Amino acid sequence: MNAHSPRPSATAAAPGVAPARKKKTGSRAWRAVRHNLPFLIGASILLAVALIAICAGVLYPGDPRDMVTLPLSWPLTDNEYPLGSGSLGTDLASGLAHGAQASLLVGVSAASVGLLIGILVGAIGGYFGGIADDILVRITELFQTVPTFLLVIVLVAISGPSLPIIAGAIGVATWPTVARLVRAEFRTLRSNDFVLAARSLGYSTTRIIFGEILPNALPPIVVTTSVLAANAILTEAGLSFLGMGDPNLVSWGSMIADGRSLLRTEWFVTALPGAAITLTVLSLNLVGDGLNDILNPRSESNR
Amino acid sequence: MKTVPVLEVLDLAIGFPAARAVHGVSFEIHKGEMMALVGESGCGKSLTAFAIMRLLPPGARIQNGQVIFDGTDLATISPRELRRIRGNGISLILQEPMTSLNPVLTVGVQVAEIIRQHQNLSRAAAKARVLELFDLVGITEPHKRYDQYPHNFSGGMRQRVMIAMAVACNPALLIADEPTTALDVTIQAQVMDLLDKLRRELSMAVLLITHDLGVVAQWADRVAVMYAGRIVETAPVQKFFSAPQHPYSMGLLNSSVSNGEGAWHYTNHRLSEIKGSVASAAQATGCSFAPRCRHVIAPCHGGQPKLEAVEKGWLATCCRAQNQEERIHEFA
Repeated sequence: MNAHSPRPSATAAAPGVAPARKKKTGSRAWRAVRHNLPFLIGASILLAVALIAICAGVLYPGDPRDMVTLPLSWPLTDNEYPLGSGSLGTDLASGLAHGAQASLLVGVSAASVGLLIGILVGAIGGYFGGIADDILVRITELFQTVPTFLLVIVLVAISGPSLPIIAGAIGVATWPTVARLVRAEFRTLRSNDFVLAARSLGYSTTRIIFGEILPNALPPIVVTTSVLAANAILTEAGLSFLGMGDPNLVSWGSMIADGRSLLRTEWFVTALPGAAITLTVLSLNLVGDGLNDILNPRSESNR
Repeated sequence: MKTVPVLEVLDLAIGFPAARAVHGVSFEIHKGEMMALVGESGCGKSLTAFAIMRLLPPGARIQNGQVIFDGTDLATISPRELRRIRGNGISLILQEPMTSLNPVLTVGVQVAEIIRQHQNLSRAAAKARVLELFDLVGITEPHKRYDQYPHNFSGGMRQRVMIAMAVACNPALLIADEPTTALDVTIQAQVMDLLDKLRRELSMAVLLITHDLGVVAQWADRVAVMYAGRIVETAPVQKFFSAPQHPYSMGLLNSSVSNGEGAWHYTNHRLSEIKGSVASAAQATGCSFAPRCRHVIAPCHGGQPKLEAVEKGWLATCCRAQNQEERIHEFA
């Protein structure tokens, strides 16, 4: 697991102090973005990976699992296949591009599933408190006691390895992080005067939760999401490495597994997808870190 | 003025699991009237006000009584019906304008949402109405202000936004819970003037919760004094300030600083206080003010006195009220 844990934004904790917030207020947010070098680096890498993933079908129209050349040709030796080939003569460049597609897709959809469950559980528990909260906290803890990777393996083993199942399983295994964060935010925010004011104006509970409180809790959630996506990509790579990934797709994890036995001789077969994973996960973490600074008005005043 | 009151509170009792906080409060507010509910901290005035809209803090519960608004009892109607009344028939202004607005939404959107919540208006029509409201409550450059966030506003301006939100749907009753406590005096006067103007223009009733007798004297029509969860005196403002009947009312007036004619200025005399604290009232068997009262007589310990008419529209719960010769200045 990766060790990055986002600092929850402190804006909600200080009543009376006007929390100067971002949210589309053009110039201020942009200034913060432009001065945040790690964020810019992370965002550029992520954008590049996303671009490659989107264009994979155009750049490498064939199936990346097809045998197209001699096996294990070194990178930069063959002009047609500049990144070399795998043990079965597959084009590594094509594999990397299609793998980016699979990895990002898993990252985004697993994070979405995790967010959806986590926000729902956290918001309901944090807002209502009482028995509902007690029950939801117990369920959250139940999920947290099971190691994430183990839970994903069990879920995938039961339902069969396909991309949606894997993404869903990772989401189901990781939502407690979001739920705990959202719950903590809601517990501080719900006692705010503006919530009482919203109730006094006749808004429904659903509206207050999603229309009034959730926007205030967004900054730390956004930051966590990037970390969640990074972890999902790692988990998917781990699954594929173990041979539990979607067999119809090439993913970075399965490419690493392919190169495992050749590590001492043709190490590039492992190193290339490994580097891709590292770069992508690093970029997501940089983006998350950067967002934390950008969305947190306190850190801006420190600058 | 003998019409149907806008709001009628009958024998309202509010309790926490451990103790009862408000014991059988009754009062009524008429159209266009500004009624002040005064009392020291912890006497139950805010609790009473929140109970009217069923916005009690967790644990507190309406244990008895009725809140009649527009022919229905708000204490028993369904949450759905209640939501239709909140912000529409009755609205609330909170004490702290700095935290009562949602920090991540523009003020224009926040006000427009209330209008759209209760009235079937298009986005554009709601916006036009918001701009009109901003103008009404004295927010300059409404077009520019519409798209700003609460942190762009000063305290007084935020309270104006809150007032705009509160009057957006032309409520029949506006509850203002210490609306000026968090503001400085000049802004306080502006905000009170605004509330006064709005209640005349929109002919709303206003229930003003405050502990500032200066505000009461200047703006309210009628005053109800609460002590230890009971209304101890209710009177028209002029009568209250000239001849308070309940010893607690006298104590409140005596302990407030003013420099008007006949008042005891604190530079010349020691400012008098009400002895003891409100906490002692919880277990008293007789009149709840008896442990602190300077004029205790034997019947005071007999039982809680009822609200009795001193004259029409003027009630007090003191067994000495009517035969009291000495008035406010006797303590000199």
